Amino acid sequence: MSEAATAQERPGIDPDLFVRRTEEGLARLDLVVAGMHCAGCLRKVEGVLKGLNGVEYARANLSTKRVAVRWDPARLKASAVIRALADTGFTAVPFDPKLIGTLDDRESRSLLKALGVAGFAAANVMLVSVSVWSGLVSDMDETTRSFFHWVSALIALPAIAYAGQPFFRSALKALRAKSMNMDVPIALAVILATTMSLVQTMVNARHVYFDASVTLLFFLLIGRYLDVQARARACSAAENLLGLRATAATLIAPDGTHKSIAVENLEPGMKVLVVAGARIPADGEIVTGTSEIDTSLVTGESVPEQVKAGASVFAGTLNLGAPLVIRVTKRDDDSLLAEIVRLMETAEQGRARYVRIADRAARIYSPAVHIMALATLLLWFALGAHWETSLTYAISVLIITCPCALGLAVPVVQVVATGRLLRQGVLVKAADGLERLAQADTIVFDKTGTLTLGRPRLVNGDEIARADLALAAAIAAASRHPLALALTAHGQTLPHPLLDDIHEEPGMGLEARLGGEPIRLGNADYAGVNATHGQGHGGSELWLRRGSDEPVRFRFEDTPRPDARDVIAALKARGFAIELLSGDREPAVKRLAGELGIANWRAAARPAAKIARLEELAAEGRKVAMIGDGLNDAPALRAAHVSLSPADAADVSQTAADFIFQGAKLAPIVEAVDVARKSRRLVFQNFGLALAYNAVAVPLAVAGFVTPLVAAIAMSSSSITVTLNSLRLNLAQRRALSRKAS
Amino acid sequence: MNILIFLVPAALLLGLLGLVAFLWSLKAGQYDDLEGAAERILYDDDKPDNDEPDDGGRSG
Repeated sequence: MSEAATAQERPGIDPDLFVRRTEEGLARLDLVVAGMHCAGCLRKVEGVLKGLNGVEYARANLSTKRVAVRWDPARLKASAVIRALADTGFTAVPFDPKLIGTLDDRESRSLLKALGVAGFAAANVMLVSVSVWSGLVSDMDETTRSFFHWVSALIALPAIAYAGQPFFRSALKALRAKSMNMDVPIALAVILATTMSLVQTMVNARHVYFDASVTLLFFLLIGRYLDVQARARACSAAENLLGLRATAATLIAPDGTHKSIAVENLEPGMKVLVVAGARIPADGEIVTGTSEIDTSLVTGESVPEQVKAGASVFAGTLNLGAPLVIRVTKRDDDSLLAEIVRLMETAEQGRARYVRIADRAARIYSPAVHIMALATLLLWFALGAHWETSLTYAISVLIITCPCALGLAVPVVQVVATGRLLRQGVLVKAADGLERLAQADTIVFDKTGTLTLGRPRLVNGDEIARADLALAAAIAAASRHPLALALTAHGQTLPHPLLDDIHEEPGMGLEARLGGEPIRLGNADYAGVNATHGQGHGGSELWLRRGSDEPVRFRFEDTPRPDARDVIAALKARGFAIELLSGDREPAVKRLAGELGIANWRAAARPAAKIARLEELAAEGRKVAMIGDGLNDAPALRAAHVSLSPADAADVSQTAADFIFQGAKLAPIVEAVDVARKSRRLVFQNFGLALAYNAVAVPLAVAGFVTPLVAAIAMSSSSITVTLNSLRLNLAQRRALSRKAS
Repeated sequence: MNILIFLVPAALLLGLLGLVAFLWSLKAGQYDDLEGAAERILYDDDKPDNDEPDDGGRSG
C-alpha cells in the first residue's frame, strides 16, 4: 500500500467489518459515495469498480447516493475497492445496510405493492360495475347481475383486505391513543361499505358498493405513497451523514507504538496522529507538525486555517497539509461538535410540534362526518323506515363523505410544488416545509457562505503593479489553495512570465524562480514580512516577494452573492422583515448590511446567541425563516420555524435545514417562498372543492338517493378536480417562463 | 350470455398477469433508483451489463 493511498483513506473505519458474504461465496459491501451527483459520476463509479480484477457486480443508486459491490474475496480486498474509488476522486464510506435506510424503504415498497393490488382490483371491479350499471337500464337479468356481483366480491374482498391495511393499522393506532385522524373515517367507510355490499350480494339486491371501496383505496394510496416518497428522500440524505463520521483515531502510546482506538475512548492527555486528508478525531492542541486545516464543517469558512504547534484544533475539521500529532484536550462528548449537536437537539425539542393542515382538517372533518351518518340513521328510523334501510342510507353518507379528495388535496400539491422547486434548484427536505415556509413573516440570514459566496476575491488589484499581478498569478496557478485560485482568476488575462522550479510549501506558500531570482508568494512569515511593511489584515492576505525587494500585499475579501441585493429587495417587497445574524466581526457585518440594505444586524453572535435571538422573535409572535450554512448555524436552523440552507453548506446544516438551494444565486429563496405561498392557496382551494362536492352529495345521501353510480361519479370527479387544480401550480410557471422568453 | 363464463375469467387473468408483472418488477428493484434509471439511458455504449437483479435487487 503506497503512502499516498493510505492518506486518502479515512482512518479507523475498517471496511472488512461491513463485508457480508452472499450465497455464492462472494463478498458484498454497501458504500455511501458522497460526491455522486450525475450520470457521469454514476458511470465512472460503476466503471472503476467493474474494472477491478475480481469484481462481479457493481450497481450504483443515484437516488440514495449508494453503491452495492460484490466481488471474489480470494482476488480482492475490501480496502482495495475503497482505494480504487478514492483514486478516482470519490470518497466512499462503508455502511451496514441492516442499520441504515431499511425502514422507509420497506414502507414505500409495501405501499407500492398495496397500490398495485388496489389498482388491479379497481380496474376490474369497475369493468364489472359498468356492465351492471348499463344492465340496470337495459335487459340484464337477475342471474347475470348476481353473477357479476359475486365476481366483484371475489376481486374486491381480498384486495381490500390487503390494500386497506395501511389505513386500518393507522386508524387502529389513532383509536387506541383515543385520538382522531383522517384514517378513521376512511377505514370505517371502507369496512362498512364492503360489509354492506357483501350482505347485499347475498340477498341479491340491486346495488353493491365494491367499486366505491376499491377506487377509494386506490386514490388514497396514491396520496399516501407520494407522501412517504417525499419523506424518504430527505431521510436517506441524513442517514448517509451518519456513515461519514470518523469513528476511530490513531493513538500514539507512551512507548511510541501506534494503535487504533474508538473516538469515544479518547481521554484528555492522549496523543493521536492525524494523517493528511483525515478528519481530526477530537478537540485538542497540536504537539508537533505544521499544516492547514479545513474548518468549513465548523465555521463555513472556505479558506483553510494555518496551524502550527500549540494551536488548538476542533473535532470534525479536516487536516489538509501534513501529518499532525495532537494532544487531546477534551473528551468526545465535550467536543465543540458534540456541543453543537446537543444545542441542535435542545432546539428540536423546543420547536413547537407543528400540526399539518391535513391533520387539522381531519380533526374537524372526522367527527362531523360520523355525527352526520348517525343523524341520518336516527332520522330515517324516527321517520318509520325499516332499520336495514336506515342503516343503508347512513352507510352511503359515510361512503360519499369519505375524504378521498381531502386525502389527495395536500400530497398532490406537495408533489407538484416539490417538482417545480427541484427544477429551480431547490430541494424540499421536510414534508411540511412548504406549509411552514408559507407562514413565515421574518427572514434571518447568516453572513459568510449565505449572503456571501464564502469564496475570497482580490480587492486591491488596482493598487498593484501589473507586472507583480502577472507574476503572482503565474505562481498561484500552481496551487489549489482558495486564495491562490482567487488570484489566478483575477490575473488570468495577464501575460504570465515563464517560471522555473515552482514548488509549494503546504500551509506556507509557493516558491519559484524567474531567471535565477527566487520569488515567494505566501503568508507573511513565508515572504519574510515584518511589522514595518504594514498592518496585518486578518487571515485573508498573500504576500509576494521578489528577491529582496519590498513585499507586495494582496488583500482578499469574501464577495456577496451576485443577486443578494435584489433578493433582499424582493423579499422586503413581499412583506418580510429581514435580519442579519453573523458570527463574524462587526466591521465586516456592518459593511455588508449597509451594502445590501439590511437595517437590523448583529455581529459576533455565537450559536447560543443566535438561538436566543430566534426565541426572542418567536416570543414576539413572529414566524422566522432562518437561512444559514455553517455548522455554527445548525442549531439556529433547527430552532427556527422553517430553515433554508445553500447546497455548499456544512453537511450538518443541510441535515438540519428544511430546504436546500443550489447554485451561486439567492433567487431560489424567492422562488421557494412564492411556490410555498401558492401551494398553501391551492391546498385551501382543494379543501374548498372537496367540501363543495360534499355540500351537493351529502344531502343526496341523507335523502337516500345515492346509488353506487352516483357515489362513483362524485368520488372520481372530486378527486380529478382536486388533482387538476393542483397541477395549475405548474401552469403558472410555464406562463411566467413564456412571458420571460417573449 | 354463456360466453361470459369464458370472457370474465379471461379478463381477470389478463389483469392478474399485469399485477404479477408489476409485483415482479417491484421485487426486482426496478423502482429503487428512478433518478439513476433516467440518467442511465444516456449511456451510449451498448455493452451488456453484468448486473442481474440480485436478492431483491436491493442496491443499497
